[in-house]
Amino acid sequence: MKDKNISDQLQNSVEQAIQTKTKLIIKAGGSKDFYGRTTIGKELNISEHQGIISYEPSELFITVRAGTLLKDIESVLAENNQMLAFEPPAFGDKATIGGTIACNLSGPRRAYSGAARDFVLGTKIINGQAEVLSFGGEVMKNVAGYDVSRLITGALGTLGILLEVSLKVVPKPETEITLVHQLNIDQALLKMHQWSIQSIPISASCYYQNQLTIRLSSTEKYINTLQHLIGGEVLTDADSFWHSVKEQSHHFFDSKKPLWRLSIASNSEITSQNDDTFYEWGGALRWVKTDVSQNHTAEPLNGHISLFRSPIKRNDTFQPLPKHLLQIHRNLKQAFDPHGIFNIGRMYQQF
Amino acid sequence: MSQNSAEHDFPAVDLQQLVKQLSYILADDSVLYQEEDLRPYECDGLSAYQQLPLIVALPDTIEQVQKILQLCNKINLPVVARGAGTGLSGGALPYEKGLLLSLGKFNKVIEINQQLQTATVQPGVRNLAISEAVSHLGLYYAPDPSSQIACSIGGNVAENSGGVHSLKYGLTVHNIQQLKIVTIDGELITLGGTGLDSPGYDLLALMTGSEGMLGIIVEVTVKLLPKPKYVQTLLAAFDDVVNAGQAVANIISAGIIPAGLEMMDKLAIQAAEDFVHAGYPLDAEAILICELDGIEDEVTEQVAAIHTILKQSSAIEVRIAKDEQERIVFWKGRKNAFPAVGRLSPDYYCMDGTIPRKRLPQVLKAMEDLSKTYNLAVANVFHAGDGNLHPLILYDASKGQLEKAEELGGKILELCIEVGGTITGEHGVGMEKLNQMCVQFKAAEISQFHALKAAFDPKGLLNPGKAIPTLHRCAELGAMHVQDGKLPHPELERF
Repeated sequence: MKDKNISDQLQNSVEQAIQTKTKLIIKAGGSKDFYGRTTIGKELNISEHQGIISYEPSELFITVRAGTLLKDIESVLAENNQMLAFEPPAFGDKATIGGTIACNLSGPRRAYSGAARDFVLGTKIINGQAEVLSFGGEVMKNVAGYDVSRLITGALGTLGILLEVSLKVVPKPETEITLVHQLNIDQALLKMHQWSIQSIPISASCYYQNQLTIRLSSTEKYINTLQHLIGGEVLTDADSFWHSVKEQSHHFFDSKKPLWRLSIASNSEITSQNDDTFYEWGGALRWVKTDVSQNHTAEPLNGHISLFRSPIKRNDTFQPLPKHLLQIHRNLKQAFDPHGIFNIGRMYQQF
Repeated sequence: MSQNSAEHDFPAVDLQQLVKQLSYILADDSVLYQEEDLRPYECDGLSAYQQLPLIVALPDTIEQVQKILQLCNKINLPVVARGAGTGLSGGALPYEKGLLLSLGKFNKVIEINQQLQTATVQPGVRNLAISEAVSHLGLYYAPDPSSQIACSIGGNVAENSGGVHSLKYGLTVHNIQQLKIVTIDGELITLGGTGLDSPGYDLLALMTGSEGMLGIIVEVTVKLLPKPKYVQTLLAAFDDVVNAGQAVANIISAGIIPAGLEMMDKLAIQAAEDFVHAGYPLDAEAILICELDGIEDEVTEQVAAIHTILKQSSAIEVRIAKDEQERIVFWKGRKNAFPAVGRLSPDYYCMDGTIPRKRLPQVLKAMEDLSKTYNLAVANVFHAGDGNLHPLILYDASKGQLEKAEELGGKILELCIEVGGTITGEHGVGMEKLNQMCVQFKAAEISQFHALKAAFDPKGLLNPGKAIPTLHRCAELGAMHVQDGKLPHPELERF
């Protein structure tokens, strides 16, 4: 892992962009280029901005530069028997922590431990006026000032350039086991709700083609009791299975059709064909591959739809926002990026 | 405490005219403007700050809130929202020429969804009342600020409240799923949703802890958790606070995240013992209370591991609660620490800084020195697991010690910033910590906060003068706080 600080250089680039009225596309590893709307402008690469600034396992946090590779962070944490609790998908070897936070993408553990945004303690950014600003910090509890760090998380780089991020890290579970049940989807959803209410330490779940797969995380001593309680067949190559779910290398995702992401109430009705739907997060996340345009009607679905991957040009990627909410988004964009420089239109066409 | 000078200027409003306008929206008994009726609203939990509002409105429907805000927006009347009024930073302190919007009548549980493990409630519902309403389903709402009997969920969201169990279960922001808010122009908007995320910016997180500056919370959907099947509590005594601090680090390093991990120092132990007779060891310099919850086998295993760690960390005594009754006794002293300390002194002032845990010994030593310099005793109660300190400064207002206590408090918060921490972990900035905000944040950051606020409230009508200091204030303060010949805000013009 490199240790290099290019903040000054990035700040200069933003100053120049303001002067020359140039729009910038913030980029690092490019592993998430497929995500969101396409945008135009001059590429500003932050990949060089790398390194761990501070990591103390007993304090449960790590502070890193945004260009640091996700896999490097994960291996440093693993050396200390710790991990990122939101199990972020990388979607490529060059994935950085900056892109991960900008997209707020979280993996199988999300429904049970929390999303990327839940573990962000603080950020350092360059705003649209080329100012370097710090928000939050490295402590678990901090309510001084507005929670800009969580606002930046998932903003797809539209509010500023992420320079550094401090994340809460957690101990790795002592042991894990993955169990497979043959069930229809209604039975599977019901089971997951029942286990959830019983405090069963589930750390991942997915359902596809009549197979409910559940990962449990606990202590060595207790895991056998749990296995007995839950039943099902033990999956032997569990790590590679969950990796394939997280990274979408599972054969379900091997398709030329557009991939839609439904983030909805976990007990929502089943609306699509068995083979076309992959369930995660206890039913709260559903992947649907179909050529039929999903017209972003969230209300009957109790949630929202986004076009996650598409072989063709993407226009309306994310669920349109109601009028007043959209206005607040535009106002916030104006507050952080008054010259309209960063990732214009990456999230919504209007900003 | 001296009233802070108004930092905004709003046009004077004719009271009789305003009463008339509000009478079209609310019943007569829901509009208060006589001095004796206003008196109960003059302060929140930080009673050193007092101010009567111009008028109090007590709506009980969202439509009424919308209409009130439309009116306020139209006539440029400042609005301060208030829930149960238990906040400790003066966040609900009325604005002299403004309307106090009490959400006390919004006290209904709207829906409990057992399958999704959520409860949708009105903002005036008390924190503990949520857990009570879902208890029969084996569920509860995890964040448990010490005021949970009285504080309301709307206020919890506005302050991003924590509690003794936030180490494992997180803060309010981690435990809510959806909010309905009314903006200053009277629009009702929904943030978050029934799924685990929502499109656009994370305004649910932004609204949490925003201290009533961005919108009025009118509905909250919280996540519920299954009640832990088994709970076990340990109490450890140390003859040196440094060892107690090290024990906390050793527990976390061992990969165990307890449900709660609390520390009290000698003065707090003595005060609590005199008050509730919890049987705390009086010869100890510090005690730790460590709670584990979950499934019996797992908890039993962790308790054994922690017992060993505590012994290895030079604890002079370790007790494990032998039954539920003893567990409650262990907690009784901690939970009554504030009133217990209150018995030692006519007044006390509670601070809320958070520090990296490893800095604990250094900060404790520095606080001891400060306490001597100012000749005011400081009792310490900590959420040790997450580094959140609650030093209680003992003083006597009748002897004119308030200013000295405030100054000492300010020094303690600056110390927290110096070691890489923050001035407030869970109580909020409110009216109280505006000066320390100038120390924690640079001018450009403060300006960014103001721009963010203007995105929601361009006229600055919501809770004016709170949470974020003006640059003018910081510049004036900076002039008083010259350290090592360096001004904190050299870029600003001095007034």
